[in-house]
Amino acid sequence: MDEATLIGVASVVTAGLTIAIGSIAPAIGEGRAVAQALAAIAQQPDASGTITRTLFVGLAMVESTAIYCFVVSLILLFANPFWEQAIARAGG
Amino acid sequence: MISPDSVVFWQFGPLALSATLVYTWALMLLLVLGSWLVTRRLSTGVELSAWQNLLEVVVGAIRDQIREVSRQPPDPYLPFVGSLFIFIAASNLLAVIPGYLPPTASLSTTTALAIVVFIAVPVFGVAREGVGAYLKHYLRPSIFMLPFNLIGEVSRTVALAVRLYGNIMSGAVIAALLLSLVPFFVPVVMQMFGMLIGMVQAYIFAVLAMVYIASATVVRRDGTAAAGEPGEGSSTGEENG
Repeated sequence: MDEATLIGVASVVTAGLTIAIGSIAPAIGEGRAVAQALAAIAQQPDASGTITRTLFVGLAMVESTAIYCFVVSLILLFANPFWEQAIARAGG
Repeated sequence: MISPDSVVFWQFGPLALSATLVYTWALMLLLVLGSWLVTRRLSTGVELSAWQNLLEVVVGAIRDQIREVSRQPPDPYLPFVGSLFIFIAASNLLAVIPGYLPPTASLSTTTALAIVVFIAVPVFGVAREGVGAYLKHYLRPSIFMLPFNLIGEVSRTVALAVRLYGNIMSGAVIAALLLSLVPFFVPVVMQMFGMLIGMVQAYIFAVLAMVYIASATVVRRDGTAAAGEPGEGSSTGEENG
C-alpha cells in the first residue's frame, strides 16, 4: 500500500470509530437527563415549563460533544488535510 | 458535501457571491419587509389584522422566555435575542423550499452569529455594571479560576457556532443521502424532523445567548444589592450559567 491509500484507510476507519464511540456517551447522558426530567415533570407538573427549558439547554450542552465528534469525522472524510497533502506530494 | 459556501452564483476576481450570502440577504430582506409591512398599520383596538396577531404572539413569547431565563426585565435584550431567534428560525424553517440552502448550514454564518454573541456579552455586561464590576466576573469565585473563565469564554463561543452548524448541516446531508437511497417517502419524514431540529436549535441558540448575557449582567445581590428589579422574589442570588 502506498502512502495515500494508507491515509485513506486510516481516515475512514477513524471517522467511523469517532462517530460510533463519540455518540455513545452523549446518548447515555441525554437518556438519563430526559428520564430525570420526565420524572420531575410527573412529580411537579406545575414546574414543567422551567424543567423543559433547562432540559433543552442541558441537552444542547451534552449534545455538543457528539457534534464535535461528528464534525471531526466529517473533516476526516471530506476535508482531510493529510490526504490532500499526500495527494499533492504524489502529484507534484 | 453540499455546503452553501461552495455554491457560487457569481464570481468577480476574488469576490465570490456564494449561496450563503445570497440567501442571507434574501432572508434579511424577507424579514425586514415583512416586519415593515405588518407594523405599518398597527391597531390598538379590538380588531387586529392576522399578521399583527402573529407578530404579537411571537414577540410576547420571546419576551416571556427572556424574562424567565434572565430574571430581569426583557426590554434591553429583546432586540438582540429576538433578532437572533427569528433569523435562525426563519433560516432553518425555509429549508422546506426546494432549491433553498439554509445559510445556517454554513460554518461562516454560524461563526459570525457566535462572534456577535461573544461581543454582545461584555457589551451588555459593561453597560449594566461598569467595566470594573464586569471584569471582576472573571475573578470569581477566586483568582485561580481566571484561566478557566477565559477558556470557557472562548470554548462556549466555538460550541455555539459548531452546534448550530453541525445540526443544520447534518440535516441537509442526511436529506441528500436519503434522496439517493429511498427517494419516495422517507425524505419527507426527515424533512419534518429537520424542521423540528431547526426550531429547537434556534431556541437553544437564543436561550444560550440570553444565559451568557444574563450571567454577565447578574447583579451581586448579597447584602449590598444594587438596584433590585421589581418582582424579584426569594429566588434571587442564583447564577444563570
